[in-house]
Amino acid sequence: MTQTSVSSVYLASTEGGAGMHSVAASGVFSATWLVIGLPLLGAAVLLLGGRRTNRFGHWLGTLFALGSFAVAAALFAAMLGESGADRSIDQHLWNWVAVGDFQAEIGLHLDQLSMVFVLLITGVGSLIHIYSIGYMEHDENRRRFFAYLNLFLASMLLLVLANNYLLLYVGWEGVGLASYLLIGFWQHKPSAATAAKKAFIMNRVGDFGLAVAIFLMFTAFGTFSFDEVLGGSAAASDGTMTAIGLMLLLAACGKSAQFPLQAWLGDAMEGPTPVSALIHAATMVTAGVYLITRSAEIFNASPDAQLVVTIVGAITVLFGAIVGCAKDDIKKALAASTMSQIGYMILAAGLGPIGYAFAIMHLVTHGFFKAGLFLGAGSVMHGMNDEVDMRRYGGLRKYMPVTFVTFGLGYLAIIGFPLLSGFFSKDKIIEAAFAKGGTTGYVLGSVTLVAAALTAYYMTRVMLMTFFGRERWKEAPVGAPADWHEPHPHESPVSMTLPMIVLAFGSVFAGGLFVLNDAFVNWLTPVTGFSHGELPFSVWVVTGMATAMVALGVAVAYVQYARREVPAVAPQGSLVTVAARKDLYQDSINEGLVMRPGQYLTRLLVWLDGRGIDGFVGGLAAFIGGTSSRVRKVQTGFVRSYALSMFGGTAVVVAATLMARMA
Amino acid sequence: MSMASGGLSEGVVLAEQVTRTSTGEAVQFWVLATIAVLGALGTVFLKKAVHSALTLAATMVCLAIFYMAQGAVFLGIVQIVVYTGAIMMLFLFVLMLVGVSSADSLKETLRGQRVAAVLCGLGFGILLIAGIANASLGDFAGYGAGGVSPSGAVETDQEAVALINQGENVKGIAHLIFTRYLWAFEITSALLITAALGAMVLAHRERLTPRKTQRELSEERVRDNVNLAPLPAPGVYARHNAVDIPALLPDGSISELSVNATLRARGQVRDVSREPVHQVAELEESAEVWMEQRGDVPTARHEGEEAGPEADGTGEGAADVDPDEAGAERTDGDSVAAGAGSKESRS
Amino acid sequence: MNPANYLFLSALLFTIGAAGVLLRRNAIVVFMCVELMLNATNLAFVTFARMHGNYDGQIIAFFTMVVAAAEVVVGLSIIIAIFRSRRTASVDDANLMKW
Repeated sequence: MTQTSVSSVYLASTEGGAGMHSVAASGVFSATWLVIGLPLLGAAVLLLGGRRTNRFGHWLGTLFALGSFAVAAALFAAMLGESGADRSIDQHLWNWVAVGDFQAEIGLHLDQLSMVFVLLITGVGSLIHIYSIGYMEHDENRRRFFAYLNLFLASMLLLVLANNYLLLYVGWEGVGLASYLLIGFWQHKPSAATAAKKAFIMNRVGDFGLAVAIFLMFTAFGTFSFDEVLGGSAAASDGTMTAIGLMLLLAACGKSAQFPLQAWLGDAMEGPTPVSALIHAATMVTAGVYLITRSAEIFNASPDAQLVVTIVGAITVLFGAIVGCAKDDIKKALAASTMSQIGYMILAAGLGPIGYAFAIMHLVTHGFFKAGLFLGAGSVMHGMNDEVDMRRYGGLRKYMPVTFVTFGLGYLAIIGFPLLSGFFSKDKIIEAAFAKGGTTGYVLGSVTLVAAALTAYYMTRVMLMTFFGRERWKEAPVGAPADWHEPHPHESPVSMTLPMIVLAFGSVFAGGLFVLNDAFVNWLTPVTGFSHGELPFSVWVVTGMATAMVALGVAVAYVQYARREVPAVAPQGSLVTVAARKDLYQDSINEGLVMRPGQYLTRLLVWLDGRGIDGFVGGLAAFIGGTSSRVRKVQTGFVRSYALSMFGGTAVVVAATLMARMA
Repeated sequence: MSMASGGLSEGVVLAEQVTRTSTGEAVQFWVLATIAVLGALGTVFLKKAVHSALTLAATMVCLAIFYMAQGAVFLGIVQIVVYTGAIMMLFLFVLMLVGVSSADSLKETLRGQRVAAVLCGLGFGILLIAGIANASLGDFAGYGAGGVSPSGAVETDQEAVALINQGENVKGIAHLIFTRYLWAFEITSALLITAALGAMVLAHRERLTPRKTQRELSEERVRDNVNLAPLPAPGVYARHNAVDIPALLPDGSISELSVNATLRARGQVRDVSREPVHQVAELEESAEVWMEQRGDVPTARHEGEEAGPEADGTGEGAADVDPDEAGAERTDGDSVAAGAGSKESRS
Repeated sequence: MNPANYLFLSALLFTIGAAGVLLRRNAIVVFMCVELMLNATNLAFVTFARMHGNYDGQIIAFFTMVVAAAEVVVGLSIIIAIFRSRRTASVDDANLMKW
């Protein structure tokens, strides 16, 4: 973005933004459904085929993922050939529910925004499929793993390709399910099973928000389709829009691990590393960003909701960064980093048209480098007997050079080393934050700058602890089991390094390519709209400040972790460190605020149910039972007793008849 | 029966509408009603079922006369023929089959049943009679020429009215049965057929095993080797030959086998053996005394033992003695002697 | 005499029959009491027919007799069947169908 002093925000003019004009799918685009269909078929074959597909399941899954990517690439090529409104394509598949006014269709909407996501998902997804072939080689459930991965791809693609919120919700739940299945993939570990449940339940809170948002949309607009909801957003009242926006934000918070629903992401690292790379770094957790960007018109119509979005983003940026500084578990450190980076995106998305495109750009570059970093971490773990404690690493660069180089490039990209991907995308977000203007702009800008410094600090820390310094893994850990043996770090097989290399390329060049001629922004403008914000000072000042903050972060980390010996056992640390290690007491807060009251409520309800309702029902049953056991004695079996009662009854009837006659 | 015919003729003759009957019918009513009620009470309260049946038959005959007195000649005849003739006879047959049992006892076994039944009966009866007394019955149309009231609530077809007015009771009923009530009448045929079949099914005893042939029976008897020879006839060696007098065994005891099982079950076996055996023993004793006085002492025992087998042989195979019984005889020397003595006395 | 007296007689006989059903234990006597009740109603029908001056009441009485005959046949054979299997004609002994 160049220095601008263009007047205030303008929504991208007629052809962009509100009121999507789309054309029906034809030609290549009529194959859009295949993007989803292929991985779905893969999942079906692998899950239904069962053990028979064990032998070739991983190849089949990878093949379907690659096929999906090929279709996506073809669509992209075709889309490049189109221009303007023709790039927005609708494919109606079939009517799902048609009851009176209630119409729900299964339809796909492919536009520039979806295209970015489709390429990211299928591309990174394919790479991670390939990586998993090597990573999961010795796992006996590999076929099931690939089935879940395919299921995830299908759901995620459905999420980004749906042309209405209801179908989006299906994909939303689908990725939640896939995430649950994959986090708990090693369900024999209680920690994994618990983490899966935690992720699923916290996601339900967000899903609830999405459901309510959809209800509100239906109430306000009588439809779910993007076209009509977003097109009609100007007509609805502010209150409605704010309510819908906040509910959508709640959904985004759940899925994207934003404050206050972020606690599940760290535990989600219990899943296999490829899962962490694909789902909990590159794609699924960015669904919240997609949701907010897709619903741009709703947020544009509600500045209050936007403000809340930016606040949530800002809090999470710092939150994740602080937590990331204290974690010794390499994957958890990366997870905290993910949280923080998505905070950037949410913040950017909250800024409105000045930020949407940058949010998505950061999302894509982040997809590259964070996936690369996770794959690198997986590679390290692969060579270190699945050790995750960075204090048990050190000096690994000699043993796994490819991993070191690719991880290092990802590292440089994420901290915003000049001219690498992260530099461009993060810089844009910082600029946009400042461009928001006013006190808000300054606060948000400062937050993003501080977070940039923190990012540099914790990522340098990870880098130094893992690949430099003393080879701490040669010493037996304190309280090591008797059969402990020294790990033999080694480079991973080609199937694993290849995706890392590809992703490293992306980490290095994607950002540069995106900003060349504002290509990415121009690409997205028709969908999200775009406006230049007014920066209070020169863009170079921002870049300079950001770079300075990064340098500061790197320097501090260097002093702490390169110049000094890294203790094999974590030192006590300051109060902040202790807090950060415990995720800033997020779990405790959740437990105190939600879990305990929930438990008490449950106990109360159980008590009420047991004593009140069951008591009433049981009492009634006991009463009837008791009465019956007494009354049944009337059934003596003596015909004459029955005859007597009949005769008595007849007498009563005669009496009644006579009385009726007399009266 | 003269009263009945009187009532009958009156019923036919009565042409005008009636609110009061003739004196003859009144007398007949009071006499027969008394009998009918007494019969009904007898049915309920008489202890023996046969008596109940008889009193019920009396009540039914009374009712038949009432029918005729009221112009229902056909019904009266049917009542006598079908009810008192057929149905009551059926009851008596069943009574014969079932026989007397404890069920005939008038002692109440269900607690409170009698009191409740009487209360219910009284209440019901009083209610019913009060209801009838309260009902506005209006005039009786009666039967006879022109007697059928046009205001009769029941719509009647003209031919029937004509028949009724001519006093043709049987024709009138036949007309109705074969026109208006034809369907119901045909249905009754199905009912009767069904009832007959049902009775057959219910009374039928299913044979579970094939009937044994004469040959099988005899083979079985030989195989079992019990009572191989025909059973002893009653009265043999006893003083009478009536069926309830059991045959006497050589020792003077009775053979239960010789009397009918039914009599045995009823305990109607008349054992006459004790007295004559006793007499014979006395006689023998006196004879012994007499011979002792004479000096030569023939041991009666020895003679008896010789005579025993002889008696068995000549006893026309009646000695269907069980091995056990035979053993008992041998040990019981006195009775053997007595048996021998009795034979001697008879011969 | 008022012809309505026949109705009173009918009610009385019916009540006596009903009381008999309730009081007696011998199935055959009970059955006879039922017949008595049927006869009582027949008397009422005949009297009603006379009251209305037509034969419909007599027809009903006639059908009652037919049905009663059928009923007696079946009922008595049931009594026989019960007696055969249980060696009793007491209605109180056939009391297995109870709580």
